[in-house]
Amino acid sequence: MGSSSSNMDHIPDAQHLMQETGFSAAHLVRLYERFDFLDKDDRGELRLDDFEAVSELAMNPIGDRIIRAFFSPGRETVDFPSFVRILAHFRPTDTNRTRNGRNGAQPEPANSRTNKLKFAFQLYDQDRDGKISREELLQVLRAMLEMQVTEEQLQSIAERAIQEADLDLDDTISFDEFKKSLEKVDIEHKMSIRFLE
Amino acid sequence: RRTTRGLIKQNKLVRAAALLILCSGFSLLCGCRGEVPPKPTGGVTIVPPIKPDNGPQAYPEAEKSNLPVFTMDYPRIQIPFEITLWMLLASFAKIGFHVYHKITIWVPESCLLISIGLIVGAIMHSVHEEPPAVLTSNVFFLYMLPPIVLDSGYFMPTRIMLHLVLWFAVVGTLWNSIGIGMSLFAICQIEAFGVQDINLQENLLFASIISAVDPVAVLNVFEDVNVNEQLYIVVFGECLFNDAVTVVLYNMFSFVAEMPVVEPVDVFLGVARFFVVGLGGMGFGILFGFVAAFTTRFTSKVREIEPLFIFMYSYLAYLVAELFAISSIMAIVTCALTMKYYVEENVSQRSCTTIRHVVKMLGSISETLIFFFLGVVTITTEHEWNWGYILFTLLFAFVWRGLGVLVLTQIINPFRTIPFNLKDQFGLAYGGLRGAISFALAFTLPDNIGRKQLFVTATIAIILFTVFLQGISIRPLIEFINVRRTNRNLGTINVEIHCRLMEHTIAGIEDLCGQWSHFYWKDKFMKFNNRILRRILIRDSRAESSIVALYKKLELQNAMEILDTVSGDISAAPSIVSLYEEKKSSAKPKKKFLAADLRNMHDILSKNMYKIRQRTVAYTNKHTLPNDSQTKEILIRRHTSIRRSLRPGSFQSTSHKYFSLPAGQSLDLKFPPARLSYTDDHETLSEVAYPTRRSRSGRPTRSSSRAMMPLRRLDTLTEAPSVDTVGDGGRITDHGVSRTNSSYSDSHVAPRRHLNSSNDNDSGSVDNLRNNHHEAPEEEEEPQPSSSSPVWAAEPRDGTTRNPLLRRPQWNPKKK
Repeated sequence: MGSSSSNMDHIPDAQHLMQETGFSAAHLVRLYERFDFLDKDDRGELRLDDFEAVSELAMNPIGDRIIRAFFSPGRETVDFPSFVRILAHFRPTDTNRTRNGRNGAQPEPANSRTNKLKFAFQLYDQDRDGKISREELLQVLRAMLEMQVTEEQLQSIAERAIQEADLDLDDTISFDEFKKSLEKVDIEHKMSIRFLE
Repeated sequence: RRTTRGLIKQNKLVRAAALLILCSGFSLLCGCRGEVPPKPTGGVTIVPPIKPDNGPQAYPEAEKSNLPVFTMDYPRIQIPFEITLWMLLASFAKIGFHVYHKITIWVPESCLLISIGLIVGAIMHSVHEEPPAVLTSNVFFLYMLPPIVLDSGYFMPTRIMLHLVLWFAVVGTLWNSIGIGMSLFAICQIEAFGVQDINLQENLLFASIISAVDPVAVLNVFEDVNVNEQLYIVVFGECLFNDAVTVVLYNMFSFVAEMPVVEPVDVFLGVARFFVVGLGGMGFGILFGFVAAFTTRFTSKVREIEPLFIFMYSYLAYLVAELFAISSIMAIVTCALTMKYYVEENVSQRSCTTIRHVVKMLGSISETLIFFFLGVVTITTEHEWNWGYILFTLLFAFVWRGLGVLVLTQIINPFRTIPFNLKDQFGLAYGGLRGAISFALAFTLPDNIGRKQLFVTATIAIILFTVFLQGISIRPLIEFINVRRTNRNLGTINVEIHCRLMEHTIAGIEDLCGQWSHFYWKDKFMKFNNRILRRILIRDSRAESSIVALYKKLELQNAMEILDTVSGDISAAPSIVSLYEEKKSSAKPKKKFLAADLRNMHDILSKNMYKIRQRTVAYTNKHTLPNDSQTKEILIRRHTSIRRSLRPGSFQSTSHKYFSLPAGQSLDLKFPPARLSYTDDHETLSEVAYPTRRSRSGRPTRSSSRAMMPLRRLDTLTEAPSVDTVGDGGRITDHGVSRTNSSYSDSHVAPRRHLNSSNDNDSGSVDNLRNNHHEAPEEEEEPQPSSSSPVWAAEPRDGTTRNPLLRRPQWNPKKK
């Protein structure tokens, strides 16, 4: 796959990116190749249809939400740094980092538990108002459930979900409530993938 | 939960089915009763009246040349008649199985077929009949085997992880056969069993026949148990490959068995020959595949015989390979694989359906017949039973399979991201049923093998043992060891939903990152494919991602399916159902949820949430066509939720412009649609593919009313199939980056840009009508006012006429 050094030249700000996201050089090169592969017209950035060309994503019930998560609001393309930054959320958590504690100067790494949770939260919260409304929850539920579930069942499930999580009784789930409801779940494991080199 | 009425009905059905089976069985018996001597008075010939009196009459009674009113001439039709009856009988059996739905869950289909065969064989035996001696070597290899292998090849998912599957299927089978062969040879040395005359080659030959496994029964169980997807792939691949591997090995070993003396040189030659045979077969297959693809490029005018090309070319590949004594199986499989990709693009949709159905049907019939025949032969032939040999065969088969799986897994587990655990291995090992091919090969062994009957008996024994015992017991066993986590102290509903969401997310990200494939080579191949191959082999090859066409096809099929259901009730259409507005649950008092409600909810969630990565799970049953309804459901629902959630200013609205078919759209499409080759000039094209007589350039004149939203994917909208009154749109499928699941081309890329309706104009009137039906209720969802059209959506596809408002990327990396 070519020597990494020559490939790294293609990637701008490689060092900076590596530091920011925590990916190694090999990871970065591979991600770059993947980015390039997805980028059909060799534009240097990805657009919606490039994402949609990945057919497995099409078959994913929440595929469209995942795709949308890559696009920052207002932007219609994804360049390589943004691509990598989003993917950095899914790096396995470095346990030693958390153990050493973080000095305040260092920003929380992209793959921290909170940031992973934030990513998941934003999959629900499409209008980015910081809360998951009942409607948004219903949309996700509908996407994830098969046809056999009736509306009433859906409604009651959503109702129950909100009841469980909603602590301040505003009928929506805020990020903190979201985080709290998942406190017993091993997010670091669930929201990580092993990136290939 | 069946009502009593339902039960009574079922009983009636069962009785009817049984009666039918018996009837055909008896008629078959009559048929088998050799020649019916022609009745003298039944002579069909009208003797001319000038029959002289010279010579003694042949029959004592005078030949009155009366016109025979009723005659019977059985011998003339005997052979086709018997073949048809057998096939019909076997098919009735299949119908009969599905009357009781529960049976098919617990008992594998091969089991049932063999049982019916056994029954018929018993009947035959009791009336001292011989089964028709049709299963000769030639008949098997030339007529029965090709459909089976074509079936496997045609429906092989391209996503299958070839290295993994080959590892288990090929290497595993080799291991099995050599192991079993050697150990049996060792057993043969023991005098007590009286089988010393079987030499090593014959043992190896026999071992090769019985070593390939057909774990089809396991597939069904695995699907319900949510097994590791890679394991599923391995099992499925073994099913597909087992036939091919068996026959290849068999050929190799039979060649060796016939040689009186085997020298070490011969072993090397044998291995070399193996490669020559294999690679040669592949080469032939690819060649024929390309030729077939090229041919279909020109078949737009002769749609009715398009399927014929597919079958003829594959069969030809098989026969030509047989001519040169290279692996015909590899030839036909590679031919099918190569062909499918290109052919499914060139050929009309109906032809495509026809092809698939016929392939499946032929393969199914062939296999059914073989199993059936197995059952019959079991009862009716003379068996040579040798306790020692047969029991040890069973034992070794089991042991070596287990060992093989263990060793192979140990070797590759370090390289796997998800290692196969012991439970998986057990499933793999235990699920090793033997297939129909083993029997056929044993039955058609050349007669110069001294102990042929013993081999046949042993093969039958092992097939029966594995199919019945293992086949029936595998489901309870696997379910037992994979106990669903009922003790999961269910976190809350919340947690369950969120966890599933996260699983889907991870699956999606992994797919995005291409974790599954070593895409480097695949990428290279795809580039080569796109640049060269597609141009040659595909009619009107155009740039990738005809998402719209794909989606249109999907909707079309969906609509057709809806109309095909008994009631043809449009209101059952999923997209319409989900159009119902949700009630605003404002100011509702907090509902109290009982524990029972909670359990219900958990139940609903766990049963009904989409499983992760459905793509290979669609292939649960080898005997049915791949089921992609879930995928379709996902895509259709997304489509409707997109429509429902169109909001101005939101990101979605920029990309999902939905056009509904304008009411009263002309359905008459006799004029050829404009070949809308989208050059770069077309910037804002809304209702793209609406062909008009006037505008050859493709800019529709009628579109003004709808021309609100400019569209981006211009090239995808080149929906220019040839017009045929049969009414198919060109089958333009998206073969973008990853060609997963190409076997059912419906399940491709997400139809984000939903332009189905406008493109429906191209299809025939009938289909259009249907789609119109389908679209009718969606008419109200008009596109947004043009104010919300974002700028970037207007940008054309290529680089030349770039929209100046598009923000340039900061860096322009050198593209390869």
